[in-house]
Amino acid sequence: MIDILIQAIFWLFVVLTVGSAIVVVFSKRIIYSAFALLFTLIGVAGLYVFLAADFLAASQMLIYVGGILTLIIFGVFLTAKIYGMTIPDQAHQRYLALLPVAGFAAVLIHVLFSADWNLLQSTAEPTTENLGKLLLTTYLVPFEVASVLLLAALIGAMRISRPREEDDDR
Amino acid sequence: MNVLEPYMDLILSVVYLVGVLMFLTIFALLAVWLERKVSAHLQDRLGPMMTGGWHGWSQTIADALKLILKEDIIPAVADRKLFRLAPYLVFIGSLAGFAVLPFAHNLIGSDINIGVYYVIAITSLVVIGILMAGWASNNKWALYGAMRAAAQMVSYEIPVALSLLIPVLMAGTMSMQTIVQNQAGGFWNWYVFQSIPFSLVAFVIYFWASLAEVNRTPFDIPEAESELVAGFHVEYSGMRFAVFFLAEYGNMFVVSAIAATVFLGGWHAPFTFLDFIPGPIWFIGKSMGLVLVQLWLRWTLPRLRVDQLMHVCWKIFLPFSFANLLLVGLWVVLKG
Repeated sequence: MIDILIQAIFWLFVVLTVGSAIVVVFSKRIIYSAFALLFTLIGVAGLYVFLAADFLAASQMLIYVGGILTLIIFGVFLTAKIYGMTIPDQAHQRYLALLPVAGFAAVLIHVLFSADWNLLQSTAEPTTENLGKLLLTTYLVPFEVASVLLLAALIGAMRISRPREEDDDR
Repeated sequence: MNVLEPYMDLILSVVYLVGVLMFLTIFALLAVWLERKVSAHLQDRLGPMMTGGWHGWSQTIADALKLILKEDIIPAVADRKLFRLAPYLVFIGSLAGFAVLPFAHNLIGSDINIGVYYVIAITSLVVIGILMAGWASNNKWALYGAMRAAAQMVSYEIPVALSLLIPVLMAGTMSMQTIVQNQAGGFWNWYVFQSIPFSLVAFVIYFWASLAEVNRTPFDIPEAESELVAGFHVEYSGMRFAVFFLAEYGNMFVVSAIAATVFLGGWHAPFTFLDFIPGPIWFIGKSMGLVLVQLWLRWTLPRLRVDQLMHVCWKIFLPFSFANLLLVGLWVVLKG
């Protein structure tokens, strides 16, 4: 009974992820796409929990929902004519598009069948401690590079958004 | 009993959820009444006195009944789907925080390994819900309020997270129960009084920054009544408005309860000879004390401007939090 319930919750997250992803892609209104992305991200976080990746799931919520999605929604708010906008829905170059789509599908199917899907036999263990140790030992340099990159982007954004000084003189 | 055995976890979870919902409702009714009484007494008024007899204690119950019975109005120009969805998102974000609050040593929704981090992460839902409400209302005041709320909550998440890292650093874990258990044995073992003055500074920064997270004065510019009418929920009425209100007061309790958990010893009594009083009383009492401070501040302080708000966050709280984190790290290393 409990197993069935867990299965049901798993499929609920799957349907939530895929269903809202379909809305993101096919919605004619860009604001619905942005908000539907919220449910896709929550669904993916739920799937991470099923993979016993608790830290990753919380990070997904914090970074994607709290940070990136908020920025996307701000961006959509700044878009002119959100409701009136007509997204061209005619298909152009339909047959040419088949090439990259088929190629990507082939890669995905290849990964699906060639990957070594070893299930964890033991019960789920907390991942935070190992992640922290790895970030401060093996992966310290990539971690620091990413931090410096983000800091540079932050300072750059501030520099761009500030009014230029020569503008004040006029 | 044996028939029910495999379902015990499930039944207990449902019972706990219902209990939390009831607690949240009763807390919100009590806190709204307290808010009106505290504001009234601070301004040398009496506040509600009539309903229910003793000091108008049932005023908010009557108000809640009125809100439930009210007609559900959706503005003609609003985006109906998003307008309906938004209050639930905000409420879920608030309610989900209760899952990891340790009411007592055996009373917690889920003592997950990433407790503190989970609370910070799950409150992201509130930001999206507020943005959705502000947009869907199709009202410029609502949109202004929502934009301000989002900017403020995203900014203040950083000092909140950095100051919550300090007890995490001292406890060596993010599990709420372990953090509380490490503070056993008298109030001098509480983390707020450890590594003086750093954790005290962290506590103060957390408390102020959490006021901004829950849109309380002096950081209530998203809801500033005198300039934005009521901010993001100006177009909401009836039950949907009540859901927003419930979520807001729920959030007040959650941020206060987190402060009580990680800084003030959670369900531990201040003196060991008081241990006979059950944990939930201490926990709720400490949280309510902090909620009362929030009410007191709201009716005492003026509101900050947007630029002052950002100044306080980025130029005062943030450098102090970083310095604090380094110094506490040093303290933990030296202490061994």
